[in-house]
Amino acid sequence: MSVEVTEQVAPQPDATQGPLVRLRGIKKYFPITRGIIFQRRVGNVHAVDGIDLDIYPGETVGLVGETGCGKSTLARVIMRLYDATDGSIEFEGRDITRLKGKALRELRRNMQMIFQDPFASLNPRKTVGSIIGAPYRLHGTVPRNKIKSEVQQLMELVGLSPEHYNRYPHEFSGGQRQRIGVARSLALRPKLIVCDEPVSALDVSVQAQILNLLEDLQDEFNLTYLFIAHDLSVVKHVSDRVSVMYLGKIVEMAPGDTLYMDPKHPYTGALLSAVPIPDPDLAESKKRIILEGDVPSPIDPPSGCRFHPRCPNAQLPKCSEEEPELRPFHPGQVAACHFPLEDRAVIGATGG
Amino acid sequence: MPEPLLEVKDLRVHFPTEDGLVKAVDGVSFSLQPGETLGVVGESGSGKSVTFLTVMGLITSSQAVIEGEVIFQGQDLLKLPKDEMRNIRGSKISMIFQDPMTSLHPFYKVGYQIAEAIRTHQDVGKKEAHDQSVEMLRRVGIPKPEERADQYPHEFSGGMRQRAMIAMALSLNPDMLIADEPTTALDVTVQAQILDLVDRLRAEFNASVVIITHDLGVVAEHCDDIQVMYAGKIVEFGDRRDIYYGSHHPYTWGLLRSISRLDSASKERLQPIKGLPPSLIYVPPGCAFHPRCPYVFDRCRTEIPRLLPTDGHHASACHLTLADKERIFQGEVVVRR
Repeated sequence: MSVEVTEQVAPQPDATQGPLVRLRGIKKYFPITRGIIFQRRVGNVHAVDGIDLDIYPGETVGLVGETGCGKSTLARVIMRLYDATDGSIEFEGRDITRLKGKALRELRRNMQMIFQDPFASLNPRKTVGSIIGAPYRLHGTVPRNKIKSEVQQLMELVGLSPEHYNRYPHEFSGGQRQRIGVARSLALRPKLIVCDEPVSALDVSVQAQILNLLEDLQDEFNLTYLFIAHDLSVVKHVSDRVSVMYLGKIVEMAPGDTLYMDPKHPYTGALLSAVPIPDPDLAESKKRIILEGDVPSPIDPPSGCRFHPRCPNAQLPKCSEEEPELRPFHPGQVAACHFPLEDRAVIGATGG
Repeated sequence: MPEPLLEVKDLRVHFPTEDGLVKAVDGVSFSLQPGETLGVVGESGSGKSVTFLTVMGLITSSQAVIEGEVIFQGQDLLKLPKDEMRNIRGSKISMIFQDPMTSLHPFYKVGYQIAEAIRTHQDVGKKEAHDQSVEMLRRVGIPKPEERADQYPHEFSGGMRQRAMIAMALSLNPDMLIADEPTTALDVTVQAQILDLVDRLRAEFNASVVIITHDLGVVAEHCDDIQVMYAGKIVEFGDRRDIYYGSHHPYTWGLLRSISRLDSASKERLQPIKGLPPSLIYVPPGCAFHPRCPYVFDRCRTEIPRLLPTDGHHASACHLTLADKERIFQGEVVVRR
């Protein structure tokens, strides 16, 4: 089937409502130290290096990039699991960058996280009931004698059988464990759920079940998702808007279909061409952009455009000296590149 | 037709456990030609890994009840004594695994680990084995192989480690390479690099390759033939065009429909296969897929479908008529064209 790039496929965020999350100039550096007693700072890992992002209520923002690009660090900064080195985070118009103590605890009710590894993120010694019920006990939003029935309702909601309340995580398959993680994140009826690679450890057939579940829950509870993955096809599938991250910066942001048809940043093009397509003819007609090497070290990122050492289109010296700014292309699309790709540079005329 | 490199005949691998007999592989037959790439697709627990671990001689009769024949270059591997099997493993057949983090030894240098494999099978000195391992690292595209050979696995990235594993697997120029989920733990960009590398080396070394995966997308570009497994049996077999453009089994349809495709519209609903794979102790009677199959009818519940060819090559194990299969595939499964 064909995907037309038109204005209406770009779900423009509702401008009358303020963003749920508003990030401005977020930076997170991890210090590298030498010495045991007198620790000297000898450098920084620039994990996240200046990110502006608005997430509007009810939408799904996808975040895609290779291992080490800083996508999980960004998620943890938003969740306030890490403190930002610089920049500001607003949640519902309130600055939460330096929130502490009780106020932070209350904020956490509104934002929850689903993790990648359903084997490592559930305590093997606790029953499913106590894992899902833990948020209630910690936050006291439900009286103790009602917790069990609430948990069983949640289990039913995510497609687990409520009779399994007293079972342990090892008795469940990978997909079912991920459902437990989803149920736990829903317990406090949060507004924002950050999904950090929620399906990459699962079989394809189970991935589809979890993705559909997340979609249903979004409709039912009007949830807002930040969806992180390294697989562009999964991210595109669930997201209204997709941000592509490379070495701590957002290099391109666009509605999923625009990104697929007309990627502007060569890195997006390379990610697209790497995604396997379950169609031999289409796969052969696709233009391959194979990236050489790995992501450079974020300790000492390349000068100018950070992608230039691996970029097939790089033109020196401009790309190695001048850092490109994000600028608009198609409706809803911004990209940071001096020499952007032509329209339909990757997929060619195979859309129909 | 040339002599096949590998011929598996009615292989059965059953594990006795406290709860009952686990029929991990239950009557699997296929053959592999020299220089061919075979994709083996199925969910966790479909028996795809166990089949090839048995071919490798890594599951033996002390662990499981093994029946059938595994003919490799005219010899039945299941009847070979342990030390002869050891000679074949590594030099004639080698394997790379899913997790490159855990399959290299963290205490030994990468170059040493590759040289060790070479010295086990060939009468060469330490120096020469080391030089060969550096050369292999170069051929799999690792920059500065001389320096890299002297590093430990933790100094390698995930993609690099998988390249080192491939270097080790190919260092003895095997006739057959088995790749068990070689890219599942890796980024998509690295996945594309690794699959291209496997493809290039297959031509260069003239080896046969088996790629085991749960993702039908991965094998579309790189495999000649594809075999789909479910509950220890092959349910469909064909060349890749048969599978992607004219599949004949409801399970394959389910796998195809559950992939989130780049070329479908955003937010289009996926259609996962309902339910879970069956227990391999209590396999459902009749067709093992019938409890999850949307097209089930009476015959499916009682009679086990046989893997029957529709034309010379393409075969499927399903009771639906050929006309029904084609109508359903064209009407409900094809997403484009």
